[in-house]
Amino acid sequence: MAEIRTEELLMNIGPQHPSTHGVLRVVVKVDGEIIKEAEPVVGYLHRGTEKLAEDLQYTQIIPYTDRMDYLSSMVNNHAIVTAVEHAMDLEVPERAEHLRVIVVELNRLMSHLVFLGTYLLDLGAMSPFLYAFANRERVVDYFNRLCGARLTYNYMRVGGVKWDAPDGWIEDVKTFVPHMRKELDMLHDLVTGNEIFLNRVKGIGVYDTDYALSLGLSGINLRCTGFNWDLRKNKPYSIYDRFDFDVIVGQNGDCFDRYMCHMKEIVESLKIVEQALEQIPDGPVMGKVPKILRVPAGEYYHAIEGTRGELGVYIVSEGKDKPYRLKFRRPSFINLQVLPDLLRGQTMSNLIAILGAVDIVLGEVDA
Amino acid sequence: MDFTWLDKPLEFSTVLNMIIGAVIVLAFILGVVTYTIYFERKVIGWMQWRIGPNRVGPLGLLQSIADVLKLLIKEDIVPAKADRTVFLIAPIIAFFPSFMVLAVIPFTATHVFTAASNVGVVYYIALSALTIIGVVLGGWASNNKYSLIGGMRSAAQMISYEVPLAMSMLGVVLMAGSLNLVKIVEAQQEFPYVWYVVPQLLGFIIFIISAVAELNRTPFDLPEAESELVAGYFTEYSGFRFAFYMLAEYVYVFAMSALGTTLYFGGWSGPFLPGWLWFAIKVSCFIFFFFWVRATMPRIRTDQLLSFAWKVLIPLALLNLVGTAVVKALF
Repeated sequence: MAEIRTEELLMNIGPQHPSTHGVLRVVVKVDGEIIKEAEPVVGYLHRGTEKLAEDLQYTQIIPYTDRMDYLSSMVNNHAIVTAVEHAMDLEVPERAEHLRVIVVELNRLMSHLVFLGTYLLDLGAMSPFLYAFANRERVVDYFNRLCGARLTYNYMRVGGVKWDAPDGWIEDVKTFVPHMRKELDMLHDLVTGNEIFLNRVKGIGVYDTDYALSLGLSGINLRCTGFNWDLRKNKPYSIYDRFDFDVIVGQNGDCFDRYMCHMKEIVESLKIVEQALEQIPDGPVMGKVPKILRVPAGEYYHAIEGTRGELGVYIVSEGKDKPYRLKFRRPSFINLQVLPDLLRGQTMSNLIAILGAVDIVLGEVDA
Repeated sequence: MDFTWLDKPLEFSTVLNMIIGAVIVLAFILGVVTYTIYFERKVIGWMQWRIGPNRVGPLGLLQSIADVLKLLIKEDIVPAKADRTVFLIAPIIAFFPSFMVLAVIPFTATHVFTAASNVGVVYYIALSALTIIGVVLGGWASNNKYSLIGGMRSAAQMISYEVPLAMSMLGVVLMAGSLNLVKIVEAQQEFPYVWYVVPQLLGFIIFIISAVAELNRTPFDLPEAESELVAGYFTEYSGFRFAFYMLAEYVYVFAMSALGTTLYFGGWSGPFLPGWLWFAIKVSCFIFFFFWVRATMPRIRTDQLLSFAWKVLIPLALLNLVGTAVVKALF
């Protein structure tokens, strides 16, 4: 019998593709359905945030950070304001710190819910997406009441937060915590035990701690390998050292562990929110800060635990009201590096499972 | 009234009767399919905390009609690099068998519009297999990589699942001793008065799993896996050619439900209510089941899909077949 002639197929997954979560393009060479080579192509959503920041005063940079990781704008706000406060040695009032922690953790929860919904949607299950978004919607409404925006909050300022919580807000959020716990149980019932789901994610996209560290992965992508590293615990910033919560780590470093880490982190975030809501004191929400913020000349790096990993802000200042250079360490961008290695030898269906579990946000990848 | 066309001479009145009968069945099925789609969207909507279509007509009842009209008046786009002829006829090839299989489904005890063919089961399997050709041709002719992969996946999947589907049906055929769907229903009304789902439970489970796979529905909707292959084999199709594929899909949902009802749930038989109503209730339950599964399950992976068919379903179906044969021979 003559040899069957086969050809490799070059496919562009994206930039307009339902499962790349934005405008990511992955150029894959497939042999049948087996991926021989995959190369992510980024930059379709590049807006030059860092360059723009060089022409902006520090307060003016905050709304630009909203648009980086647009699923967790509060976290991005927190990164830039804590970095400037750290550099200028500013005090933040207690109430503002608590409000910040509440909104950041709620935002982390929201982002994880989006992960859950879209990941399951990628794997072909429709319903979890709508359940996740229905719950997310409640948090969106809380944020709307707090700062008037549903996605790009622009809520934090250097030295505090822009608005105090409106009347009844704290009480309403308190009712959300038990509600969300119940909903999570339902989602676990629906998704986590599903045989088809387990077959699709268990043992897929495995890497170990050494590999993760060598690529500079952080956040859940690092913790899923069993490495305990969470900046909220390891290098406490803000008031995280006052709260009792666990760092969630996985074991195998596969897609299932990444999924479970997301689910469990929602519980931990709820714990922090609950404690912060109990402890929140009265008082001002804005500290004493100079009218014009001038970071003293020098170089500063401050990082927080973002939703997707270590979200760092590197400020080079010449002592003016604008940074000389501002660099964001964007975890999505760095986490995306695992893609070519993980995808080699996988099938097309696994591509979606692996890409989804890395949990990137294209706004942050391209900034 | 026993109305079998197959054994009548081909006269003008017979031909006229056939055509009228076919048109009535066609119109009826189109109506059923329209509201199956509406039903699907409503049911899945309710399951997902939504309300489903509610804009066109009261309670959104005219939504599907509006959708179909929209598809019909859309421009018929043929991609420049597509294989034009094949591209144009592929949806029709996929669509025709879906209606033809309905010819043997006994909707009621009296066969006014359908044929009581003596090889009904074989006829159904043989014709439904033809759809695969339309799907593969559509995927190939589109000259699109996603369509091609989608078409190939369909072929692999539908061919693999046709085997356990047919073998599970053979269990029923053995019990009834006939390939005639009417006889199968009648056999379920005789002693011991149980529907075949009871003695053929294993066969029924295999049947329903293979049926979902055969229909390309979740969790076996790989050929049109939206998140991977955009829309699979019909990515390039639009307008009424796209509507043909969708129509074929939903007609098969109805046909497969009707077949399952006939084989395992006694077709039109049942106490008190008229036969057609029993049939409608049973078919609706099947259709609801397909939608329910769609709202619940994620999608299975290609390699798992095929190994599941060949390593699990086919051995089980063989076991069921041999078991049924042995029991039948002994008693």
